[in-house]
Amino acid sequence: MRFWRILACVVLLSVVSVSLAANWLAPAGYAKQYREAAGAPPSHEHWLGTDEIGRDRFARVLYGTRISLLLAPAAALLSTLMAALVGGLAGYLGGAWSRGAMAVTDLFLSLPWLFLLITVRALMPLNVSPLVSVLVTFLMLGLLGWTSAARVLCSTAGSLRESDFVRQARASGIPGVRLFWVHVLPNLKPVLYAQFWISIPAFILSEANLGILGLGVAEPMPSWGSLLKELEGLVSVGEEPWKFVPLILLVVVVTSFQFVLSKQDEVAA
Amino acid sequence: MQRQNMLARKIARHVLTVAATVLLGGFLSATLLRLAPGFDVDEEQLDPRLNSESVQALRQERLEQHNIFRFYFHSLQRAAHGDLGTSISLGQPVSTLLRERAPLTLRLVGIGLLLSWAVAMALALSAAWLRITAYDALTTAISGTFLCIPAAVLALLSVLWNVPGALAVGLIVFPRVYRYSRNLLAKAYSLPHIITARAKGLSELRILFWHVVPVAGPQLLAVAGVSVSIAVGAAIPVEALCGLAGVGQLAWQAALARDLPLLMNITILVTLVTLLANSGADVIGHMLRGQEA
Repeated sequence: MRFWRILACVVLLSVVSVSLAANWLAPAGYAKQYREAAGAPPSHEHWLGTDEIGRDRFARVLYGTRISLLLAPAAALLSTLMAALVGGLAGYLGGAWSRGAMAVTDLFLSLPWLFLLITVRALMPLNVSPLVSVLVTFLMLGLLGWTSAARVLCSTAGSLRESDFVRQARASGIPGVRLFWVHVLPNLKPVLYAQFWISIPAFILSEANLGILGLGVAEPMPSWGSLLKELEGLVSVGEEPWKFVPLILLVVVVTSFQFVLSKQDEVAA
Repeated sequence: MQRQNMLARKIARHVLTVAATVLLGGFLSATLLRLAPGFDVDEEQLDPRLNSESVQALRQERLEQHNIFRFYFHSLQRAAHGDLGTSISLGQPVSTLLRERAPLTLRLVGIGLLLSWAVAMALALSAAWLRITAYDALTTAISGTFLCIPAAVLALLSVLWNVPGALAVGLIVFPRVYRYSRNLLAKAYSLPHIITARAKGLSELRILFWHVVPVAGPQLLAVAGVSVSIAVGAAIPVEALCGLAGVGQLAWQAALARDLPLLMNITILVTLVTLLANSGADVIGHMLRGQEA
């Protein structure tokens, strides 16, 4: 297992490094059109061919990977912070606070994740600039994805509240805010780390689903979701296999995360 | 008698929770709907054929909806009489749209769940019985692969391979069910009394039905409740991309058209279905535990 975990880390680091070098590897950018070569198969000039309006698919995959792999962790960080704030505080305060916070959490969890995403996405304007659409998509993932993590954190903070060292600290007269910041929050760190890493692949997959359904990142900005939307135009699987490169890359990255996370899962459980 | 009272209390608590969650969810949806950008804008008001009185009447109607509580109360009042409003994009009553499309989604989700549970349980049970590391790794790898593919891609592939949408739903749900059921069964099979039963030479079927199912059953039922929610979620990409006219496709169309009243009603309906599934699983699990005790 250790070997696979190391291999997964190497794969993730390689993909992130290559995507960060997109400006050097594909200096023409993701939006440049080669009108004379629209829908071209892979060639020396265009390693993965071009899409139906003549944009270099390799460049789009690189830039799309960068967007997905940089913003999914940002959304995961936001959701983890929210989970720490809501779940951690609710668990620490206990009583009605805990019950109230968990009722809201249950309300969010009672709706299937994709349903919740498309509902909230529909509440926001759809005709926005590509950059705003990127921010809206990942902000939404971050702002809605905290619920299950909050549940775990609430129960962990609740048990910490009853632990001997916290009781002792409270008896010593340490004020509540300091108690939470100095004694409870640091002990939630392992769960927070685990929740952060678990959220990343979940958000990558969610963005891909939203993108394919036309509710994700807007054109011409590439992301894994918008790149996978190209598969909709295929007539058969073997027709243009190079169009599956974004899917293969996504599966490889998410699988690598699963291997890296196999240890974190135990912490989160 | 005491057990029956406890069961009745549990059912009552679930009914109250479901009702409170649906009411709260409805209120939140109505609030979001009311606060969403563009709520005050009505294309009808720009119609040059309308006279000033009609435009004024439309504005007055909008003004009445400004108070969120009044807006929610009126929506609730109408819903109690079976009037769920009219879809902005499709111009049809929401109740009619839901009635027309619900059977297909129910069928899709039902068959998908059956398929996913059949495959997941077959693999999980065989892995627990055989206890061969390579086989366990293989089944985990198969389910892990499906877990790493976006649901929408599985739906697209089902179109490309010409397989029924229910199979796509099944493949989306299967890895989640497999993961939990495998862990539960593996844990149950490692219990001392089951190891003893095996050592005494009891048949695998007897061990399964007499010793493993009573231990893992209630937890598997909880997974069944959650799997309904996953399957309902999976219905959106499958119906949208496979061209199946169900509630999932309706929700997708409503989202694309920003048909918020329609989306709000679908959201409440889906919340109700998933809550009922989870509560049902919990109550049945409680009954099973009671019988066992």
